[in-house]
Amino acid sequence: MLRIRVIPCLDVAGGRVVKGTRFVDLTDEGDPPELAGRYAEEGADELVFLDISAAPEGRGTLLDIVERTARRAFIPLTVGGGVRSAAEMRAVLRAGADKVALNTAAVADPVLISRCARRFGRQAVVVAIDARRRPAAGADAARASAAGAPAAWQVVVRGGRDATGLDAVAWAERAAALGAGELLVTSIDRDGTRSGYDTELLRAITARVGIPVIASGGAADPADCVAAVLEGGAGAVLAASMFHRRIHSIDDVKQALAAAGLPVRATNAPAVAGDLAAAMP
Amino acid sequence: MNPDSPTIAVVDYGAGNLVSIGHALERVGATVRLASGPRGLDEADGLVVPGVGAAGPAMGRLGRARLVEPIRRWVDDGRPYLGICLGLQLLFEASDEDGAETLGLLRGRSVRLEAAPSLPHIGWNQVVRSRAHTLFDGLADDVDLYFVHSYAGRPDGRDADAVLATTEHGATFVSAIARGPLLGVQFHPERSGDDGLRLLSNFTSIVRRSGGRPD
Repeated sequence: MLRIRVIPCLDVAGGRVVKGTRFVDLTDEGDPPELAGRYAEEGADELVFLDISAAPEGRGTLLDIVERTARRAFIPLTVGGGVRSAAEMRAVLRAGADKVALNTAAVADPVLISRCARRFGRQAVVVAIDARRRPAAGADAARASAAGAPAAWQVVVRGGRDATGLDAVAWAERAAALGAGELLVTSIDRDGTRSGYDTELLRAITARVGIPVIASGGAADPADCVAAVLEGGAGAVLAASMFHRRIHSIDDVKQALAAAGLPVRATNAPAVAGDLAAAMP
Repeated sequence: MNPDSPTIAVVDYGAGNLVSIGHALERVGATVRLASGPRGLDEADGLVVPGVGAAGPAMGRLGRARLVEPIRRWVDDGRPYLGICLGLQLLFEASDEDGAETLGLLRGRSVRLEAAPSLPHIGWNQVVRSRAHTLFDGLADDVDLYFVHSYAGRPDGRDADAVLATTEHGATFVSAIARGPLLGVQFHPERSGDDGLRLLSNFTSIVRRSGGRPD
């Protein structure tokens, strides 16, 4: 049975890991490959890098970070942020990434998803969806949406700055049909607020797609991660500041998931890791 | 052979992430050489065939790189071979994915995962050992390793007992095989954290003990 994945997210800008609230007010949190290596040792199941500056002049820096990370973290790595074409995706994969997250470019040109899936396999294509609740939507949002009322969540792009009017659930279904291997669903309302994942958003999407959904935006503690899986139907949970600031460890999250009866990958016993390191030059 | 650091050729035929497998083998002490043609196997003590994707195009690319016969000869000579993912599936006679004829070094076919709740099968899953083997030295009996695939090899006939480990995703499939020095794993050790590195370290030890190239 597949394990529920725990994924630290490293937001990268100008070659450093940063974390802001609602994509602004960035604070410096460290060197990406170094943090990546630490998380791999601590039992992270995968890693996600999001280049939130995504400026074309920063591309070389990002590829260098990916390459340095691939040399020290031997777990799957997803890279997103500003990837606009199959050629750019190829460059990121060649640097050592396993998957690429498409966001703004996929909204602008949905067929990009199919092109990339055909060329690199759908397992390499993650579609990142940033969703925001419509102003009118409240606690009844999910019910209203199911009843055919105007969609409760819309897709926003360019790091949450631009609304598209696109229904987030419909876009999720379309992305899956076009060849996405998984979806990274971020609640922009919750991102950086430490108020828990938007489990209604997650449930609305997982009820409609058959591919894995990674929950993102708002995680404050292990209980939020359990809720994302049990209530939201997510197959993976992503968090940033909770791990970067060592408020909770990856193992804390795995223990909470396991206690809720969910399958998780056993974190390596330190003795095994130390023994292995000693055996290597 | 340099006993401290045996040379392992990684077949480079444009089918997958060679960066990770190269780094991972170097990390466990091997000297890595990318082999994009028959000459690439000349100085090697061990052979790793990685790969993701469909069997047909992969066989086409191996053919154009003139690697099919050298790989067959390598296995016939009883030298250490580790197939990863597609590199395991290619050992069988054919694949149901596109009807491609594959290397035929093991009896059986690659078949689509039956009754799978989701495909591709992506993520960490339990690898349950059918018997002891040095490739798995130091790993738990039901270790979690990382998978990305939709098909898996199904050995039959004289190779039915080559099964080394199985995994469940809807139904049980073969996740590792061993017949002498011919080894194959359906998961990705280069993406499976410390446990994956341990397995690659074990393969490197097998290569070391094999004594290197025959004269």
